Amino acid sequence: MDVTVAEYIRRTVLKIPRDEIKTMLQKWGFLSETQLQTINFHQIKENISQDVVQLCEENSADIKQAAVLDIIYNHIYPNKRVWSVYQMNKTVVCFSCVTGEETEFFDLTDFKKKFKRRLRSALKNVTINFREYEDNAVWIRIAWGTPYTKPNQYKTSYVVYHSQTPYVFISVSVLKSNLPLLCQALVVASNYHDIHEMELRSHSLNSLKDIVFKRYSQNFQTYYPRPLQERNVAPENGDLRIIQENRNEKERIQRVNQEVFGDGPQPKLEFAQYKLETMFKSDPKMDVLDEKEPFRCLVKFSSPHLLESLKSLAPAGMADAPLSPLLTCIPQKARNYFKIREKKGFFPGSFVSP
Amino acid sequence: HLATSLPLPSERDHLRPRIDLIAFMIDIKSKYSLKNVEASLAHVDASFFLGKVCFLVTGVGRVNYCSVEMNAIWKLGEVYCSPVLFCELELEGIRVATAQRLLRMLQICAGHIPGVSALSFGSLMRNSADD
Repeated sequence: MDVTVAEYIRRTVLKIPRDEIKTMLQKWGFLSETQLQTINFHQIKENISQDVVQLCEENSADIKQAAVLDIIYNHIYPNKRVWSVYQMNKTVVCFSCVTGEETEFFDLTDFKKKFKRRLRSALKNVTINFREYEDNAVWIRIAWGTPYTKPNQYKTSYVVYHSQTPYVFISVSVLKSNLPLLCQALVVASNYHDIHEMELRSHSLNSLKDIVFKRYSQNFQTYYPRPLQERNVAPENGDLRIIQENRNEKERIQRVNQEVFGDGPQPKLEFAQYKLETMFKSDPKMDVLDEKEPFRCLVKFSSPHLLESLKSLAPAGMADAPLSPLLTCIPQKARNYFKIREKKGFFPGSFVSP
Repeated sequence: HLATSLPLPSERDHLRPRIDLIAFMIDIKSKYSLKNVEASLAHVDASFFLGKVCFLVTGVGRVNYCSVEMNAIWKLGEVYCSPVLFCELELEGIRVATAQRLLRMLQICAGHIPGVSALSFGSLMRNSADD
């Protein structure tokens, strides 16, 4: 077995929490059950990993099998990476579409073949692995090399493609220069025409999926000023000696919050970033950059769970309800990176650019 | 009675008993809370400032998250001739001690302690703070 493969397997095993190692190795299926029985999973991880490498040596593991273990690890712990969402589309002018209803039948083998061929034609030194999961998700692991060096297994990109949707979730890792090539290969393999980045990024892959697949509990536009069910008038805390003077206002805030955020848990995002390209408006007497050129400013909100904290701002009394639509539109618009330009005279309503 | 700001909603006026003490709570982590208190102070009748108002500053345990300047708070106490108390609501011991202090003040302000008026107590607290 190649020394680099051994080291790679060893390092991958070390990343796994000790209690999970056995399960993950079983999922991997490369080592037999009898072989796994010989490992003491209660010793320190350093020793466990050595034992695993030893057994892999006996089975002559190669990089392809090692890569599968890496995919399994990342599938169970996707939140260690940052994921960006991309959307693929077919342009309007598409001759094959003109012929009427196009039965989109996703051929996985064809997809894999085309993807590998496209990628390898541009860059020979890549390791490509695929793994399919039940929810129609295809996981692709790519280890990048250069025209002169072998693929670096520690510089990997991951792609999660749900074949029934035009969405692709990409975790690029270090080598951003390979991104155009990766996008091209995806488009060709999936029979789309182009791909664009959606300005939506997070550590939580499932939350990104929730947002684009609309799986979170959404608010529904209510045009009725009153809620449909009777509000219980009894005080929330049992102590009748405490009287809330602003009960009406508190209830209004709860109602507005519920309309805006819905009832269920919010998708998990860590950032919202607003890039301002607006004019600085100052007192004319001050003559500071007044209307001369856009004042470049970046406003970034960060939180372990941004949407939940926005949801709790008004009830906590830290902000007025309703919140600015720039903050609350994040799940609906499926983006958390915005560019804000000046309101133009012709479009008085929206000024958030795509 | 808890309120998020003043003035109090007028629809409950007939349900409200006499107010003996107003404690304005300022969260030292929130500039918004200071602004809110400053805006609410404008709605308080002048007679309350004779010992029936105090400022309660919370969140003082978390030094790293202070957003409100201490000078602003001292100034507030001076301008409105009212004592400033500090506490940390997250610690039960301090919470209980602060509640006891407020209760004592309330008893004085409500006239339950013979021989001590709200005004005399207020000036006592201010003088000791200056020392």
